[in-house]
Amino acid sequence: MHEMSLLESIIETIEDEHRKQPFGRVRMIRLTLGALATAEPDSLRFCFAIIAGGSVAEGARLEIDTVRGAGWCGDCRASVALIERYGPCPVCGGARLDMTAGDELQLTEIEVE
Amino acid sequence: MCAICGCGDGSHSHDLGDHSHALDVVHIPGWSQERTIRIERAILEKNDALAQTNRSRLRAADVFALNFVSSPGSGKTSLLVRTITDVIARRPIAVIEGDQQTSLDADRIRAAGAPAVQLNTGKGCHLDAHMVAHSLDELSLIPGSLLFIENVGNLVCPAAFDLGEAHKVVVLSVTEGEDKPLKYPNMFAAADLMLLNKIDLLPHVEFDMQACVAAARRVNPAIAILPVSARSGEGLGAFYHWIEQASRNQQIRGNGSSSSSSRMRSPPKEVSRMT
Repeated sequence: MHEMSLLESIIETIEDEHRKQPFGRVRMIRLTLGALATAEPDSLRFCFAIIAGGSVAEGARLEIDTVRGAGWCGDCRASVALIERYGPCPVCGGARLDMTAGDELQLTEIEVE
Repeated sequence: MCAICGCGDGSHSHDLGDHSHALDVVHIPGWSQERTIRIERAILEKNDALAQTNRSRLRAADVFALNFVSSPGSGKTSLLVRTITDVIARRPIAVIEGDQQTSLDADRIRAAGAPAVQLNTGKGCHLDAHMVAHSLDELSLIPGSLLFIENVGNLVCPAAFDLGEAHKVVVLSVTEGEDKPLKYPNMFAAADLMLLNKIDLLPHVEFDMQACVAAARRVNPAIAILPVSARSGEGLGAFYHWIEQASRNQQIRGNGSSSSSSRMRSPPKEVSRMT
């Protein structure tokens, strides 16, 4: 359940932003999350209200944009879709695979009043 | 932006609207305070920055830190107790113990002769760089010493949190499944060394060492793997040798900015003993 810590970190970042440029309510928080990243969207949604409660982000809507996993296969010389990390190339079975997308864990933007 | 009233909320309808313009007497078109702030920052950025501070501080103090991660019951504490007993005469060792609750592990470490700070994470499932920073304040960082950080027994979350260590060491015992590196790949990908512990039990369990090594190498082709037994002491000499070499590498590297994620892997890589 390290999603709780991730959410705490997100709220802290928003509160830092609030100190820099004061705003009222936070209406929406947008995250960009890789499909193969180390966080579960459902867990984030589940914990969000608890963690945001009492902060400047209380009552905000959580929007999660998911980025599909992708990698560059050195043997296929092509970009391939990935559904698991650290596995072989799903097309040729080769090991010369570098993950290029799907690992994102980012606080992208917030909508404030 | 709403094309009718000019406010920033384009989602409302003026027929069935969220707000009514008949009542919205102070609403001035184009004067809405609603706005979007681009942040675009990694969620773990704060932890990573604190970890980098810990790393610099440890290197400046010439302290070599290892972050021990595993599932509960792999024998991490017994391994540390044995290592302290064998090594502390040659080299000072301090320990940061992470557990959800109790100071049982720190008590065992202190009984073995090393100073220990117990961190209780409460509801938390992992240590983070902030907790470790406070523990460093409590320890006297002796130049040339080793710092062992025993993370919370959990093969998932600790993989994501850099603490400022030189290397993550993952401990897997032969009483667990040999396919664990495939089931929890993030942790085995994040570690630079895998200790296969409890090899004294190999005659009594069905554990395919070759399959386990293959699984670990599949997620992390460069991982060093050493079979050990904290109980019998078998294989620990190779582990101590790995520590000496890896800590010498840190000294040579100096106080640079490289981190464990930079995949510095010059210690011995091969399995020294295959059963």
